[in-house]
Amino acid sequence: MTHDSYTSARLAGTTDVIVIGAGHAGLAASFLLARKDVAHVVLERGEVANAWRERRWESLKLLTPNWQTQLPGFRYTGSDPDGYMSSAELVRLLEGYAEQSGAPVHTQTEVLSVQRSGSMYKVMTNRGEWRARAVILASGACNKAVVPKIANDLPDDIEQLTALDYRSPAQLQKGGVLVVGASATGMQFADEISRAGIDVTVAVGEHVRMPRHYRGSDILFWMDRCGILAENYEQVEDLNRARRLPSSQLVGCSDRPILDLNSLREQGVQIAGRLMGINDGNAQFSGSLGNVCALADLKMKRLLSAIDEFVADDSTVPPAEAFADTVIDPSPVLMKKLDGDAIRTVIWATGFRPDYSWLDVPVLDRKGQLQHDGGVVASPGMYVLGLPMMRTRKSSFIFGAQDDAFAVTDHLIKYLNNYSRSDDNVVYQYDSGVPGYRRSA
Amino acid sequence: MTDTATAVNNGVNVEALLGAREALTAAPEAARFIWRAAAEWKGGTHTESSVQRFFGLGEEQSHKDEFVYDTDHPEIFASADKGSTPVEMVLVGLAGCLTAGIASVAQNRDIQLNSVKATIDAPMDIQGILGIDADVRNGFDSITVNYEIDADASEDDIAALVAQSQKRSAVFDIITNPTNVNVVVNK
Repeated sequence: MTHDSYTSARLAGTTDVIVIGAGHAGLAASFLLARKDVAHVVLERGEVANAWRERRWESLKLLTPNWQTQLPGFRYTGSDPDGYMSSAELVRLLEGYAEQSGAPVHTQTEVLSVQRSGSMYKVMTNRGEWRARAVILASGACNKAVVPKIANDLPDDIEQLTALDYRSPAQLQKGGVLVVGASATGMQFADEISRAGIDVTVAVGEHVRMPRHYRGSDILFWMDRCGILAENYEQVEDLNRARRLPSSQLVGCSDRPILDLNSLREQGVQIAGRLMGINDGNAQFSGSLGNVCALADLKMKRLLSAIDEFVADDSTVPPAEAFADTVIDPSPVLMKKLDGDAIRTVIWATGFRPDYSWLDVPVLDRKGQLQHDGGVVASPGMYVLGLPMMRTRKSSFIFGAQDDAFAVTDHLIKYLNNYSRSDDNVVYQYDSGVPGYRRSA
Repeated sequence: MTDTATAVNNGVNVEALLGAREALTAAPEAARFIWRAAAEWKGGTHTESSVQRFFGLGEEQSHKDEFVYDTDHPEIFASADKGSTPVEMVLVGLAGCLTAGIASVAQNRDIQLNSVKATIDAPMDIQGILGIDADVRNGFDSITVNYEIDADASEDDIAALVAQSQKRSAVFDIITNPTNVNVVVNK
């Protein structure tokens, strides 16, 4: 699978395409490039599927059912199509995929900088410099945990963990836990920590509520079937917002219909509003909890109605189900003492972001977001894969990254073909509206 | 054209708002506003406050007129009752903000509003402000806004209007979330 002999024989080289990252997205791109005989290398700072090995909590399972775990040239044929893969299982799958497709992965090769030099990209690594005409950034969307500034105001004796540090309830010190955030990550943490007999408060801002199963099938089956997951980045009303949307409150687990605030509340988790401030050793929660729950309930109802509309009068599908609105305390807690007893540990499940600190090409906006048009980055020959809502709503899932890899490598190959026909001095200009690059005069 | 469908009109210029949103995304510094009020004690618990000037879009701005508000306390507080209490002014601000939001969101979603009415209840234990019981806070225990909305839309769509209005409301945010307040006495 790895090419260590190759790597040590040639510490650096020139190729057509450099893929940065050997996760699902980078390997999918590699497979498609190889199929079109495009020379490339995949640079991986650790081993194949590195983040899935090292930076995930123990109980993590994919949010998508196994049959949805698809890559170019790979379909799930195991015995549990409706189950959910653990990260260890996914690592084995990706290792096998890399090996079978003979992906030219250079492991333990950390990218230190990417620069544009004339019409080429220079990619400096800890094992020498690579040069290529095109680069695919497939280094992941979750390299860093997003932690709000108020984390600095926490008293010193409060233990702080991010979603990248958290492993299991066993690592927690004695005392209560405040989980900040109610996306898939925060909900799963709150659920398993409270099941371990620990007092948990969860701070809830805007969130996306949905049942695991609906009318006899996985909710992601329906969302795929009725076209919601295929919704394109050019169609969504507010792309920025769609790209920032927290992950749905789902868990890869078949034995319960829904993981939501009601189920957490029933098992004793205290539900608070969004964490807004730390003052005098107190955590202050927003009084907007009722509204963020109302918003999530209304959105879930719209989702389920869209599915009902799609099912129409198909009598083979089980009948429509209703889920109770989110129940909150008449006076939800607004303040909680951070005295090491009521709350000993704060876990920030407040989102992730990619790390582009090594990217020395001016393609980030003022908020540090990568500027791209459906994966075509605003620098000729540079592409990205594996970001949420990159081309469609399913881009954050593995089977969505598969579709994106097709689109992006297709565009890239056209770019390389135009490139090889042209003079060295031709400038290719990024044109956001039109697919493909246009030569500028 | 014999188009029988009437265009939705809630009297909100949504195109201008969306245009402003786009312009301010490109020029974020212009989005920094400063809101102002001036106040003068008139005697007793009566204060006269006024607003006119504010800062925004990179320069000083002004309302068409100066607006003047009296705040005082009712006679059961042994006051002259020359205006609403300041806490009622807070409720006035919340009602104004949420209702303006409902109209704007409705316009944007092509929902015709026929009438929008709200009543607000905000219980308060005045043992707090009187210093009788240190465990009682000065402010409201809670605030409940009751809307009665007649609109050409389903119950869920109306609920979504009201929810979206809260999500985008400045006063709702000001009331539900902490704000650092600096009160300075100039020498």
